[in-house]
Amino acid sequence: MIETRGVTKYFGSFAALRDVSIALHPGRLTGVLGPNGSGKSTLIKCLLGLVRPSDGLVLYNGKLPDTAGAYRAQIGYMPQRATFPGDLTGREVLAMLSNLRSEKPPRMEFLIDLFDLHSHLARRTRTLSGGTRQKLSAVVAGMYEPSLLILDEPTAGLDPEAGGVFKEYVSGRKAQGCAVLMTTHIIHDLEEMADDVVLLLEGSVCYAGSVRDLKLATDSPLLETAVGRMMKQGAA
Amino acid sequence: MNAVRQTAWFVIKDSLRSRWSVANTLLFAALTVGLFYLQADGAKVVVSLSSLSLSFVPLISLIYTAMYYYNSRDFVELILTQPIGRRSVFLGLLTGLLVSLVAGFLTGIAIPYAVFGSSDWTSVSALMAVMVIVFALSSIFAALALVAAVRCDDRGKGLAVILGVWLVAAVLYDSLVLAGATALAEYPLETPLLLASLANPVDLARVLFLMHSDMAALMGYTGAVFMRFFDQPIGLVVATVSLLAWFAAPVWYGLRCFNAKDF
Repeated sequence: MIETRGVTKYFGSFAALRDVSIALHPGRLTGVLGPNGSGKSTLIKCLLGLVRPSDGLVLYNGKLPDTAGAYRAQIGYMPQRATFPGDLTGREVLAMLSNLRSEKPPRMEFLIDLFDLHSHLARRTRTLSGGTRQKLSAVVAGMYEPSLLILDEPTAGLDPEAGGVFKEYVSGRKAQGCAVLMTTHIIHDLEEMADDVVLLLEGSVCYAGSVRDLKLATDSPLLETAVGRMMKQGAA
Repeated sequence: MNAVRQTAWFVIKDSLRSRWSVANTLLFAALTVGLFYLQADGAKVVVSLSSLSLSFVPLISLIYTAMYYYNSRDFVELILTQPIGRRSVFLGLLTGLLVSLVAGFLTGIAIPYAVFGSSDWTSVSALMAVMVIVFALSSIFAALALVAAVRCDDRGKGLAVILGVWLVAAVLYDSLVLAGATALAEYPLETPLLLASLANPVDLARVLFLMHSDMAALMGYTGAVFMRFFDQPIGLVVATVSLLAWFAAPVWYGLRCFNAKDF
């Protein structure tokens, strides 16, 4: 579906990504893990076309993405920090984004119900709590029922109840064949949901494969321990 | 085209509700009302207003545009994850900001003038010239600010750059030209001064306003040379092309930077 081949990204002389090759597949959730500054956000931005790789390719369905960005119609993105224009209401933000595509979002009302956002949508987004903005961001990501969801620390600002609803929603989408990429520092979330894991260390892939294989390779029953061991090996 | 229009419309809606946009309008309204209290003659008010606009419009356009971009950067990123090209986002942002700025300035000037001003043709014509200048300067300096903001990720650095641009264009440039003209007073300087006025949009706007208001005589012999040049069709064409170039060049360069930028 979407893959990177040998993607390297330099910011000045600093290599944020080095020769990163990963692939995301329909119906599988890939967790991207790594310490702060390991290149997770840069990798996501390369997939979205927000950052241009210094070297290597990003391929969508085996082809180079078009420069006009039409391929992004199939991608739903939830950023780490949900920020919207403060003087617009939530409803206006959703309307603006759907007007940009000239297409009615088929799942918008469903997601507004799911995250119980009705009573908040008439308020200016600057008055919304961080968690409510995060829920609005989840609606933006999913309202066109994309075939690829890219989620950057999605549950960080959500309360436990909303976090549970969100994870259930993502699992449902995965079961329907959607490919999901998720970064998080909450390994427990990945233990529950991830099929594959990519471990990044200083911009390089330290491990890319299934969660099961990672646990076998490190001889550990828990993902958290497996990740720790693999990172220790990668650093050594 | 739809994406440009939609992005611009969203920026306009967002801007018109912002307190800064309201403050811009109120500032210009207060300046215009204040000038009417100081002098009753509508024509003189418009001349004073033109002088104030030559300083305030570039400064406000620069700061407002850059601050809007910096404050909306995360949302701009989110728009860029939608299936639309970067070119549409950049042009939509610029168009939306321009419409909001110009609407704010012109409302601030036009409403007090409608209440206190006279309807004689000389004053109204001068007022229209001020409005054209406001429109041109807003467009040019908003485009310059957007380029600076796109180029400088660091907000402090970006604001320092745009304040530098304003300082040079609205304050230092004239002093430098004057110093040069004084130092080289023995030489014929009319043509170099004419060229110097084209090289700074604030000066160009000032000269065009003075020409329009038949106040070239205040500028002495140089004024006569300017009058002779700008009063001809070729002069008007050169002035218009210069103003357009001052707008088109930053838009072109800004688009290049925006297209190549890592967000």
